[in-house]
Amino acid sequence: MANSTKSKNGENVLEIKNLTVSLPKGADREFAIEDVSISIGVGEIVCIVGESGSGKSVTAQTVMGLNPPDQLKPVAGSIHLNNESILDVSQERLRQLRGERMAMIFQEPMTALNPVMTVGDQIAEMLEIHTNMSSGERYKKVLEVMEDVNLPDPKKMIDSYPHQLSGGQRQRIMIAIALALEPDLLIADEPTTALDVTTQAQILDLIKDIQKRHGTAVMFITHDFGVVAEIADRVIVMRNGHVVEHGTVDYVLSESTEPYTRMLISSVPSLTPPKREPIIKGEPILETRGLEKIYGSLGLFGRGRVVHAANQVKLEVRRGETLGVVGESGSGKSTVARCIVRLVDPNGGEVLIDGNDIAGLSQKGIRPFRKDVQIVFQDPYRSLNPRRTVGQSIIEGPMNFKVSKSEAIDRAAELMRVVGLSPDALDRFPHQFSGGQRQRICIARALAMEPEILIADEAVSALDVSVQAQVLELLDQVRQEFDLAVLFITHDLRVAAQICDRIMVMKLGEVVEEGPTASVYADPQHEYTKLLLDAAPGREVDFTAAVTG
Amino acid sequence: MAIEAVTPDLTEDSSRQSGWSRLFRNVSALIGGGLLILIALMGLFASSLTSLDPTEINPSNRLKSPGHEASIRDDDGNKQKVIAHMGTDSLGRDIYSRVVYGARISLIVGIAVALASVVLGTVIGLVAGYFRWVDAVVMRIMDGLMAIPAILLAISLVSLSGASLFAVVIAITIPEIPRVVRLVRSIVLTIREEPYVEAAISVGTPTHKILWRHVLPNTISPLIVQGTFICGSAILLEAILSFLGVGIPPETPTWGNIMAEGRDFFQIHPHAIFYPAIFLSVTVLGINMLGDGMRDTLDPRMDRNI
Repeated sequence: MANSTKSKNGENVLEIKNLTVSLPKGADREFAIEDVSISIGVGEIVCIVGESGSGKSVTAQTVMGLNPPDQLKPVAGSIHLNNESILDVSQERLRQLRGERMAMIFQEPMTALNPVMTVGDQIAEMLEIHTNMSSGERYKKVLEVMEDVNLPDPKKMIDSYPHQLSGGQRQRIMIAIALALEPDLLIADEPTTALDVTTQAQILDLIKDIQKRHGTAVMFITHDFGVVAEIADRVIVMRNGHVVEHGTVDYVLSESTEPYTRMLISSVPSLTPPKREPIIKGEPILETRGLEKIYGSLGLFGRGRVVHAANQVKLEVRRGETLGVVGESGSGKSTVARCIVRLVDPNGGEVLIDGNDIAGLSQKGIRPFRKDVQIVFQDPYRSLNPRRTVGQSIIEGPMNFKVSKSEAIDRAAELMRVVGLSPDALDRFPHQFSGGQRQRICIARALAMEPEILIADEAVSALDVSVQAQVLELLDQVRQEFDLAVLFITHDLRVAAQICDRIMVMKLGEVVEEGPTASVYADPQHEYTKLLLDAAPGREVDFTAAVTG
Repeated sequence: MAIEAVTPDLTEDSSRQSGWSRLFRNVSALIGGGLLILIALMGLFASSLTSLDPTEINPSNRLKSPGHEASIRDDDGNKQKVIAHMGTDSLGRDIYSRVVYGARISLIVGIAVALASVVLGTVIGLVAGYFRWVDAVVMRIMDGLMAIPAILLAISLVSLSGASLFAVVIAITIPEIPRVVRLVRSIVLTIREEPYVEAAISVGTPTHKILWRHVLPNTISPLIVQGTFICGSAILLEAILSFLGVGIPPETPTWGNIMAEGRDFFQIHPHAIFYPAIFLSVTVLGINMLGDGMRDTLDPRMDRNI
């Protein structure tokens, strides 16, 4: 039954025509997607690119029939999968089609898998529901698909639970589940966004490879133009529920004249660092020596799991300089930041702020130094207290240090202008701002303390690419204006290339390489740095050059 | 650089609409609230709803059925006709006036216990959730308290100090505290990891202000909901204690006492238990419906599904 209804060459596996899906009343617009037409042929990878709110995920979920029917209702247009109209079939038939003819993989493989079922059982479940295989046949087939997605030692892994696997392995299991019945259409909704860059490269390779071997049509949803450059045959650019552009990958990436596409592409930071004057003047304002942090310790019942999150970390940042700390998840880069802000207590070593060691100080002793070091966090939606106005959030810090309220408010108004927001917005609440605006507010809050050192912990990672470019510009601007030492923590090599004077690469709690940005990128010394740079998606394409050139 | 001063538009987020206006559209909350207001008014105006003293013993009028007419002498010595709407008990006291006055005690116990356990539980929960080293000790004590059945604990606490309204309130409050502590602690544990709390720490905000400004407001709506359920179960627990004869002194009119009094004659005079039981059930039902309604409208987790 696996190959009974594969469409003939030249025919489209998926044909979406003029699809319009309505949003519930009271949403910010009437339709989630409007007049969207997409076709995907046999063995074709079509990327849908767009920023948050563009309607790309709604499109995918409408195809799968996964939208809550009372909230997101298709009101016009049609979807045909192998010439069968999906919007008209019964729930029962739709259930059959999902899995047999189309399958989906999601962004977060940990939550998409059932944590209390072995991965083998989860793959076998697909076969059990949709086929008449005996349990022996199922076992064989499960091993086969696990091998197909290049999982090491399937015989052993078949009895593992999801938490025992790495993120990349879990995503491979998801892909194995999706492909178990050899569907004609695979929908991948940001499947590599939650993964580290080296794992992402492997998963992209896998999807390409499988697609070639099985001739599966792939609808690949992403916000990342690097990924698009790696994997797409054709590209569809969406904005606010509309398709703004549609074309082959080469055309869209290098020849497109559509202003929105060009804006998106030119916002992708280049992997080539711009020329920067080296900063050598003066003593370092921030310095760590032999910084140690160990998570987990002797538990009540013997030794628990111990993670060496920071191991002999040594760094120096001068006034007016940006030091980038780059690494994958678990590299300890955030731990270093949190030790410096003393949100966690280091186990050893020194943290010197203008020559004063704060590593061993008590929470009381640290207070005078709190002014000097400020941090901007990753998630703009959770870094501001939703119950307090942004003005209250900004003046909280200065008022802790005996600045009068009126003075603090005046300063807050001034800072709002510095970060590009209107001072009348001070008495609004955070939910009235967009993600990028909130991140500006967080920067204003940090600046209100008149710090010497600003730590940006993945501060632009949660933002859309166009907003990201603006916030990066703002960070660089305030660094110059206030002569700040900036510690910029990121997993994104492109972002780091654009903003950092020097780069420090971390792996498993240790610094593996450090040097001026340009030389690290041009001539990486450590194996791991080379691996990271090689894995950066779309590294052959220089986006800025592609558009302007 | 090209950043324009942006003023965000003032569109109100519908999910942030005031909880109160949504509460008024919740049927369950409306019915529950309405029932409670009626009971509260009854307790408040008890003296104008009945002319009879709920504690006055009248041996000639013992164990009369509902609707029985009797003549009594008032203070001036004049004869007066009164109707015992709900009959009389074995000491000849008018059950109707006892039930009406009993609403006072029940509501006082319910509200006092809810307030006391929420306030004490919140303080303990905040401290336990925020300070790691307190946590281990406090939570083991709470576990210990929860391991003892609430009624047994209450009975032994009352018997330590002797029966009185105050003793009963304390005795019911103590077993309720661990439930509040656990709720508050779990909220504190999640909120203290929020970046906005870490941001407050890094701008040097003292711990007591962090707890007051950033952590406490998150506990309010779950606590209002929890408080109503505590109020309901406290009223029940008071009635149970009185019924068992270890609660409020038997001459005081409480629904539990009326039922305890009527227990021996249940087969011939079921009304002595029947009427107070109806009022007790309606009150607790009203409170629980109000609590359900509030949980639906105030609980922020439900909020996000809209």
